[in-house]
Amino acid sequence: MTIEIRDVSKRYGSFQALQNINLEIPKGELVALLGPSGSGKTTLLRMIAGLESIEEGIISFDGKDLTNTHVNQRDVGFVFQHYALFKHMTVFDNIAFGLNVRKKKLRPKKAEIEKKVYELLDLVKLSGFAKRYPSQLSGGQRQRVALARALAVEPQILLLDEPFGALDAKVRKELRRWLRKLHNEMHVTSVFVTHDQEEALDVADRIVIMNEGKIEQIGTPSEVYDSPKSPFVYDFLGDVNLFHGRLDQGKLKVGSVELNVPEYQNISDKEAVGYVRPHHMKIDRQKQSDDAIAAKVFFCHSIGPVWYVELKRENMDEYVEVELTKEEYEQLNLSVGEFVYVRPKEMKVFIPEDFVI
Amino acid sequence: MKKKYKKKNVLPGFGLSLGITMLYMSLIVLIPLSMVFIESSQLGWHDFIKIVTSDRVFHAYKISFATAFVAALVNAVFGLLIAWVLVRYRFPGKRIIDGFIDLPFALPTAVAGITLTTLYGKDGWLGQFFSLFHIKIAFTPIGITIALMFIGLPFVVRMVQPVLENMEKEVEEAAASLGASKQQIFLKVIFPELLPPVLAGFSLAFARGLGEYGSVVFIAGNMPMKTEIAPFMIMSKLEQFDYAGATAIAVVMLVISFVCLIVINLLQKWSRKHEFQSE
Amino acid sequence: MTTDLVRQEVKSTDGIKHAKKEVNWTKYILMSLMFLYLVVFLLIPLVFIFVKAFEKGAEVYFAAITEPDALSAIKLTILVAIISVPLNVVFGIAAAWLITKFQFKGKQILLSLIELPFAVSPVIAGLVLVLFFGPRGVLGPFLDEFGLKIIFSVPGIIIATMFVTLPFVARELIPVMQAQGKTEEEAAISLGANGWQMFLRVTLPSIKWGLLYGMILCNARAIGEFGAVSVVSGHIRGETNTMPLHVEILYNEYQFSAAFAVASLMSLLALVTLLIKTWIEWRTEKH
Repeated sequence: MTIEIRDVSKRYGSFQALQNINLEIPKGELVALLGPSGSGKTTLLRMIAGLESIEEGIISFDGKDLTNTHVNQRDVGFVFQHYALFKHMTVFDNIAFGLNVRKKKLRPKKAEIEKKVYELLDLVKLSGFAKRYPSQLSGGQRQRVALARALAVEPQILLLDEPFGALDAKVRKELRRWLRKLHNEMHVTSVFVTHDQEEALDVADRIVIMNEGKIEQIGTPSEVYDSPKSPFVYDFLGDVNLFHGRLDQGKLKVGSVELNVPEYQNISDKEAVGYVRPHHMKIDRQKQSDDAIAAKVFFCHSIGPVWYVELKRENMDEYVEVELTKEEYEQLNLSVGEFVYVRPKEMKVFIPEDFVI
Repeated sequence: MKKKYKKKNVLPGFGLSLGITMLYMSLIVLIPLSMVFIESSQLGWHDFIKIVTSDRVFHAYKISFATAFVAALVNAVFGLLIAWVLVRYRFPGKRIIDGFIDLPFALPTAVAGITLTTLYGKDGWLGQFFSLFHIKIAFTPIGITIALMFIGLPFVVRMVQPVLENMEKEVEEAAASLGASKQQIFLKVIFPELLPPVLAGFSLAFARGLGEYGSVVFIAGNMPMKTEIAPFMIMSKLEQFDYAGATAIAVVMLVISFVCLIVINLLQKWSRKHEFQSE
Repeated sequence: MTTDLVRQEVKSTDGIKHAKKEVNWTKYILMSLMFLYLVVFLLIPLVFIFVKAFEKGAEVYFAAITEPDALSAIKLTILVAIISVPLNVVFGIAAAWLITKFQFKGKQILLSLIELPFAVSPVIAGLVLVLFFGPRGVLGPFLDEFGLKIIFSVPGIIIATMFVTLPFVARELIPVMQAQGKTEEEAAISLGANGWQMFLRVTLPSIKWGLLYGMILCNARAIGEFGAVSVVSGHIRGETNTMPLHVEILYNEYQFSAAFAVASLMSLLALVTLLIKTWIEWRTEKH
C-alpha cells in the first residue's frame, strides 16, 4: 500500500509537534524516519497508525483518506518501542491475539490460527517458545514476538517505533539485518522510527530526516549521506569539522587560509560555514597550497583499524578532527605536540541565512 | 473543500467512564455534601456563630483537636520507628507483622471501641495496672487518645514504608564514603527524605482522628464539657432533630478536613519534587 | 557463631559496614520497641476480643450469634456488602480508566474529590445523607410521594456505606493502571480488538490483583462501617441493624459476652482480610 501524507500538522497545546509534513511512501519500501528526540518522528508514525488523531492535513493509504478511520480498521501492524506484549499471555496467545479478536465470521478456525502462529514463530526463529511468558524472554526475543504479533493480522503496512532502541549493540545489529532480510521476503510497506543514523543508513531503502517537526531531507542512504541538503543533516549523519569564515568569489576565507569553493563563484563577502567530514581531511608535514591549515597534534587514538587525530588550530581555540586509516597513520608517524598542516579534500559550504549554528 | 476533523481518543470508553464516574460521585458524595453548605446558609451568620462557639460545642472541638493531635504525634514517632524496622531489618515473621499493621483498618471501629474500653477499664487487663497509680484511662481524654492511636497506627507506617524502600542505598554509601557518621547520615541524608511522608501520614492520622466516631464513642463516656468529641456533638444534635445545629458543627469540621486534605496534597507534591523525572 | 550470623545480617540489611556492635544495639532497641508497641496496641486487644467472647463458654457464644436479631444483623450486613462492593468496583474501574488513560481538564480536582470521603467524618457522611434523602431533606417530599423511604431503612444504610467506601477500589487501581501505561491497550486496539475485547482480555487480567486488593479493603470497611450507618439506620432491631450496630446495642445493654461474640465474628473476618491482603502483596512482589 502506498502511504500519502499531505500538509499534516499537529500541535499539543502550544507545542508544534509537526509542521506541514508532505511525504509519500511507495508500496513495498522500507523507510526510516530519522531524527533526534522531539523531532516529531514518533508522532508522525503514530498518526499513520491512527494512535494519534489527525487534526490538520490528510493521510491516505492508496488514495483512501484515513482521517476518520479508527486504528483497528486501518490494517496496520504496529510494533511498540517497549514491545507492549501482553504480560499475562503466553507467546502463543500474544501472537494469536489479533486473530482471536476478529468477528466470528472473519475469525479463522482454531487449527488455522494455530498453524499461522507456528509459522510465524518459525519465521521469527522462536519455535519452541510458544508456551513461555514475555517475562521469560530476552529483549531481542520479546522484540521478535512483538513483530510476529503485528504480522499475524497480515497488515498492509508495518510500523515500528524505535524497534531496536532497548537492545544492546550486538543484538541490535543482528536484528536489523534480520529485519532487512524479512522485508525483502515479505515486501510489506514498512516505516520505522529511529534516532540512530547508523541503523537508518544500514537498513532503510529511503531515509526521512526530521528536525523540530519538519522534514529536512528525503533520500536514499547514499543521497542523504553524500549530499546533505542542510547543515542539520550534515551534522546529524556523522562527525563533522566546521570552518567559520567569509565567502568571497569562490573562496572561503578562514583566517589567513583560503579554501576553494567553486560552486559559489558569484557570491561576494558573506559569512559562511564549511563542513568537512573527518575522513575528508588530509594531514601533511609541509604546506603544499593555500588551503592548508596550520595545526598542532593534540591527541591520537584508534578504534579498531581507524585512527583519529585531534589537532588544535594555530593561534585559535578550535579543534579539528581527522580520520585516518591505519596505514596512513603509520606512514605519517605523528607525535603529540608536532606542528602539521591539515587540508580538506572535500567540503560543503552553507551560508547561514537560513540556519543558525 | 473543508474537511471535518474529530478530536478522537484512540482508547475507547472516555464518555462511558466519565459518565459513570460523575454520576456516582455526584449522587453519592457531591450533591449530598453540598447540602451541608445550603442548610447552614439558611441558618444565618449570627446563629451559626452562636452554635459553633457555645461552650459545650467549643469544648468538644478542643477535645477532638487535642486528642487527635497527640495521637497523630505518637503515631508519627512510632510509625516512623515501625516502618524503619520493617524495611531495614530482617527477622523471622516480618511479613506477618507487616500485614498485621493494617489491623486497625480491617477491624470494625465499633469492635475496636468496645475492646479498648473494656481493656482499659478500671478492672480491665491493662486498666488495672494504671489503676494502681490512680490513673484513669477509660472515660477520660487519655482513653480517647488511645483509641485514636489505635485507629491511626497504620497511616504513618504506610506513608513512610515505600519511601524508605525506594531510597537509594548508594546515597547513604556515598555519604559514608565522604566521612559522615551514622548519626549524620540519618539526620542529614535519610531524615529529610522521610519528613514529607511522615508529615503526610501525620495529617492523615490527624484528619481521621478528628472525624473518628466508632472507636471513640465507647471509651469517651461522652460527658459534657469533659469527654465529648465533635462527631458525638453532631450525633446528639441529630438525635434531638436539631439539624441546623448538627450542620453548623459539621461545616466547621469539614473546613478543617479540607485544609488537612490540601496540606496532604501539598506535602505529597513537595516530596515528589525531588524525584528524578523518568523520560 | 552467633556473632557471625549477626554480622552477616548487619551487612546485608544495612548496606554500610559500620562499627558492628553499635548497629546491633540500635537494631535490638528499635525492634523491641516495635514489638512492645504492637503487642500492647494490636495483639492484646485482638486476643482480648476472643477471650471475652468465650468467657461464658461456647454455649453462650453460639446462642449469641444465632439469636434472631443477631442473624438478621448478619444478613443485613452481608446484603449491604453484596450491593455496595460491586457498585464500588464499577465506579472504581470507570474512575481509574478515566484518570489514567485520558487527558482532560480538572483531573487533579477529580482525584482529590475521589479521596474526599476519607477526609470526611463518617458522622458527617450520615448527616449529609439525612439532609438530602431524609424526611425533612431536599428529596424527602419527592421520595415520600412515591412511598420510598431511604433514611432509617436499608437503602440509606447502603448509600451511607457507598459514601464511605467510595475511594477504596479507585485508589488501588489508579497507581496500578498508571504504572502500566496505555501501550498494551493501544497494541490490542491496533491488532483489531474492540473496546470490550480490549478491556476483558488485556486490561482486566493486568489489574486483577489490584482490583481484588481494593475489593477486600472495600468489603472490610463496608462490613465494619459504624458512624455513617449509625446516623441513617434508625436502629430498628431485626430490620435496620447491621452487625456493628448490633454490637453497640448489646454492649450498651451490658450483654458483654454477646457483644464480644458478634465482635469476634467481625474480627475473624478482619483477620481473613489481612491474610488475603498479605497474600496478594506477596504474590505481586514475586512477579
